[in-house]
Amino acid sequence: MSGASVLYDVPGPKAVRRNLLLGIVTVLVVVAAVGFVVYRFAVTGQFDAARWNLFTYSLVWQGMAQALWATVSAFLAAAVGSILLGFVLAIGRLSDHAWVRVPVTVVIELLRAVPVLVMMMIFFYGVNSIPGSTFRMSAYAAVVIGLVLYNGSVLAEALRAGVEALPKGQKEAGYAIGLRKSGVMVFILLPQAIRAMLPVIVAQLVVTLKDTALGFIITYPELIYYAKYLSGQPGRPLLQAGLIVAVIYISMCLILSGIAKWLEVRTRRSPKVLHHVGNSAADDESTLTEVIALQGRAGNLDAGGGPR
Amino acid sequence: MDALLGNLDLWGQATLNTVLLFLGGGALALVLGTIVGAMRVSPVPIARGVGTVYVNLVRNTPLTLVFFFFVFGYPKLDLPEIPFMPLGIIALGIYTATYVAEVLRAGINTVPVGQAEAARAIGLTFGQVMTLVVMPQAFRSVVPPMMSVFIALLKNTTVAAGFSIAELAALRATVADSANRPGTVMEILLWVAVVFIVLVFLLSLVQRHFEKKWRIVR
Repeated sequence: MSGASVLYDVPGPKAVRRNLLLGIVTVLVVVAAVGFVVYRFAVTGQFDAARWNLFTYSLVWQGMAQALWATVSAFLAAAVGSILLGFVLAIGRLSDHAWVRVPVTVVIELLRAVPVLVMMMIFFYGVNSIPGSTFRMSAYAAVVIGLVLYNGSVLAEALRAGVEALPKGQKEAGYAIGLRKSGVMVFILLPQAIRAMLPVIVAQLVVTLKDTALGFIITYPELIYYAKYLSGQPGRPLLQAGLIVAVIYISMCLILSGIAKWLEVRTRRSPKVLHHVGNSAADDESTLTEVIALQGRAGNLDAGGGPR
Repeated sequence: MDALLGNLDLWGQATLNTVLLFLGGGALALVLGTIVGAMRVSPVPIARGVGTVYVNLVRNTPLTLVFFFFVFGYPKLDLPEIPFMPLGIIALGIYTATYVAEVLRAGINTVPVGQAEAARAIGLTFGQVMTLVVMPQAFRSVVPPMMSVFIALLKNTTVAAGFSIAELAALRATVADSANRPGTVMEILLWVAVVFIVLVFLLSLVQRHFEKKWRIVR
């Protein structure tokens, strides 16, 4: 926000009036939009007690808790798995041997190009319909594997960008004090890269949490699946169940986003982090803002010209 | 190969629907995202607040849930009936608009403070500072991340498969449910993955092209 305030002066009397007018217009538009939705809710009886009655039963909330655990357990497994895979792929991608580096690069690019949902479908519908095979993949496993493969490849790119953004001297100094290649990586490069990329990694975890909702489409009984199930119960509370689930999702994501923001502020203040971050991780939606912001801070305005 | 050639009619229709979702959602996201992005840097505190609330709410909602509200929830409000396709486009547009807004805002923030200060020092108004000095520079640094947002949007169109829209990821169900269509589920899904890899590759070629064309030389 500090960059924005330089765009305009402290408003004079004329500007104050204009801003006030614009503010009123904004409020009117928002109130009109929200009011219209609330009005339709009222007209179609969405606020009736009968519609909400279902949520007075503790059994419904037990089901909600189970669905929440299904979401959270898939998220936790996927988070751990994708961080591990991210490290493996990042190290493979940074390898000095072309026979390791090239295949790993291809795998990362392919994994990032396939939609997560299609991966989940391949592991659920695809694997379960192979003729002659008795192996059955659970929806949970399919969700976790899909999330791990996709987010692992994104995290790998983030870590690689973090390592490549470090000054060359770090690596050379490591070799100079007699460390081997693995020692340089483990003791010198990765700790710095992780520290610099921590906000991006946590932001990617928010994406992972949101993407667990894709499990709904392959019939994994998570929160949205439960909301859909409730919409067939007495009172047909589809919008009501959806709103409750939305509140749960948004609070979980806001907490994680808050942690990411807090880490970013801490990282920026920390003298231990060198503020040189490349932008190769900028291919993912959620990491963009952070990376652009990091570039801006580092004075590297040549966006897109990262080490590729 | 049979899974592809035997169902060419289906593949054509599905790809068309995916492209429609992509273009429609992209256009809506650009318009809405530009408005919200402008609100987030505007001198009107209320507009900034509204923009921030919108971005934080929608960005922290799973796209599946946004689809849930528009495709399942909208018909419950007794409003004029809209087919699933436009509802899907609206859901994608509203979700992607938050990312467009954030990219634009971040792009504006990468323009060095001195540029805006110099523009103001020579007496330009807010409108002139934005359109003549800040925007042209921000635009160039925004192109690569904006293309990434569109690549993500392309992949996100698959979510529509869960909401009765016959795009690429929904092909599996169409073929599996019909008796005489060639191809196993696995084959279809792998081909869908291939189509997406090709489409994403094409988009990244476009991305690289524009990146080179509009690179800032300082």
